[in-house]
Amino acid sequence: MRLPPSLRLSPRWAPYVFISPFLILFGVFGVFPLLFSLYLAFQTWEPTSGLGAMQFVGLDNFAFALGDEWFWKSLSNTLWLAVASGVPQHLVAIPLAVFIHTSFKRLRDGVIGAYFLPYITSTVAIAIMFSSLFSRDYGLINSALGLFGVAPIDWLNRPETLKPAIALIVFWRYLGFNVVLYLAALQTIPKDLYEAATMDGAGRLQQFFHITLPSLKPMIFFGVMLSVIGGLQIFEEPFILTNGKGGSDQAVMTSAVYLYRMAFDFNDFGGSSAMSWILFAVVALLTWMTNRAFNPKRKAAA
Amino acid sequence: MNRDRLTVWSAYLLVGVGAVLMLAPFYFMFVFATHTRTEIFSQPLPLFFSDAFMDNLKILMTRLPFWKNVGWSLYVALASTALTLFFCSMGGYAFAMFEFRYKKALFTLVMATMLLPSFMSMIPSFMIMDALGWIDQHRALYIPGAASAFGIFLMRQFASTAVPRDLVEAARMDGCGEFAVYWRIVLPLLKPALGTLGLITFIGSWNNFIGPLIVMRSVDHFTLPLALRSMQNPENTEWGALMAGSAIATLPLLVLFVIFSRQLIAGLTAGAVK
Repeated sequence: MRLPPSLRLSPRWAPYVFISPFLILFGVFGVFPLLFSLYLAFQTWEPTSGLGAMQFVGLDNFAFALGDEWFWKSLSNTLWLAVASGVPQHLVAIPLAVFIHTSFKRLRDGVIGAYFLPYITSTVAIAIMFSSLFSRDYGLINSALGLFGVAPIDWLNRPETLKPAIALIVFWRYLGFNVVLYLAALQTIPKDLYEAATMDGAGRLQQFFHITLPSLKPMIFFGVMLSVIGGLQIFEEPFILTNGKGGSDQAVMTSAVYLYRMAFDFNDFGGSSAMSWILFAVVALLTWMTNRAFNPKRKAAA
Repeated sequence: MNRDRLTVWSAYLLVGVGAVLMLAPFYFMFVFATHTRTEIFSQPLPLFFSDAFMDNLKILMTRLPFWKNVGWSLYVALASTALTLFFCSMGGYAFAMFEFRYKKALFTLVMATMLLPSFMSMIPSFMIMDALGWIDQHRALYIPGAASAFGIFLMRQFASTAVPRDLVEAARMDGCGEFAVYWRIVLPLLKPALGTLGLITFIGSWNNFIGPLIVMRSVDHFTLPLALRSMQNPENTEWGALMAGSAIATLPLLVLFVIFSRQLIAGLTAGAVK
């Protein structure tokens, strides 16, 4: 069936019609929440009292957040986890990607797949799996350590082991993603660079430090930036593994977990919004610092 | 020379052991799913498959409306995939092939939201859902998801290289309306990108935890991840049943990953690589 020409979509209006379904949803569920959150950060409000009960409190929420020792503790937990899970990701992913790139042909896809698989798995399934592996009595990890005479460790109930355990899970989950990033970057390095270096008598290690690493620099910057942004948002792993509480001594109460608890456990939506904007500022600042650290030239140009 | 070969072989070994360690948790999830709770935590360790899977499934079904939860997960994932593909392919096509006011600014705005931390919208999203009366409703999960910035990015990227302008022009000359051009010509050309975006959206929705955590309230409406988490109990966790549930939640992903791993990996890192 064909519509009469007068009802047909004309090229002039077509883009607006095509884009509007997306744009309406994007406005309502993407942009508006952000603006609303900014508004909320200056209000005091409890969900039980209805939307009309909001009150403007100026900077009170921000002042409260900055004076709240739990907020600072959550921030330091987050940074700890971001560094402890993020740095090893890149230290392992770079040599791993280089080795896969140079030495794997037939098994390449299989190896990449094995490292990438955790990335697409449900965090809940992962958390359930790891909480049994890490359990104190007869958990697999303690049993394996037991073979070497190590006494059972209560991994998930002691702050000093809970943190590394969560960092390990995050590391395990995102390693493959970084490997794939670096593999993509490695493919763009011209082969003749290596050939020339070999002719000049440069060994594998020298080639790695003088050709590979410098060529990977833009991707390292990008990967580190993604890790910074991702690391500061860590929520699901600690939330599920500690039953939404943050663990003993709140050792893995990350800022995102604290934000959630502020709003949904303690009903302070305004305070929680203010904290989310402070945290956003921290993310932006760290991203900017990463940018500076990797691009000293840009400073001169600006 | 000999030392060099030794280094290479030890590197192979290391990569292999690493791959095994990456996969080991999955192996044990499936193994534990076939063991009773007491077997999982006893000596000697259960390293191989056993026969308690059906018993575990029974426990799972007494503790949860398990198949309902599976059904909701599937329903939300399919609905969200269909909506995302439709809206993002139209939007991406418009961004790629048309000129309109504020196009550049709009696109930049959409891309900028991709970098925003997800916790920023957690609280206001809940309030919007509350205001709309969508709490504990599945539409609160699949409708907002259709506004995928990543989807727009992927579709625009693909449409700008895969859709020949001449073909679109020729169809217009033949008297095709704009929607017919999109539906009959552009959409078929976008198939590979639709496949990638579809897989990513489906998996993302299937695994989604924060979204349902914030809006879903009754176990009868829970999607699978939320339902499984609700079974975790510090005093008395049915580990065998929980492992069986996790295994069932993971299996579809494993199948999809084995079939489409190249496409999935390329798609999931597309935003970063390009």
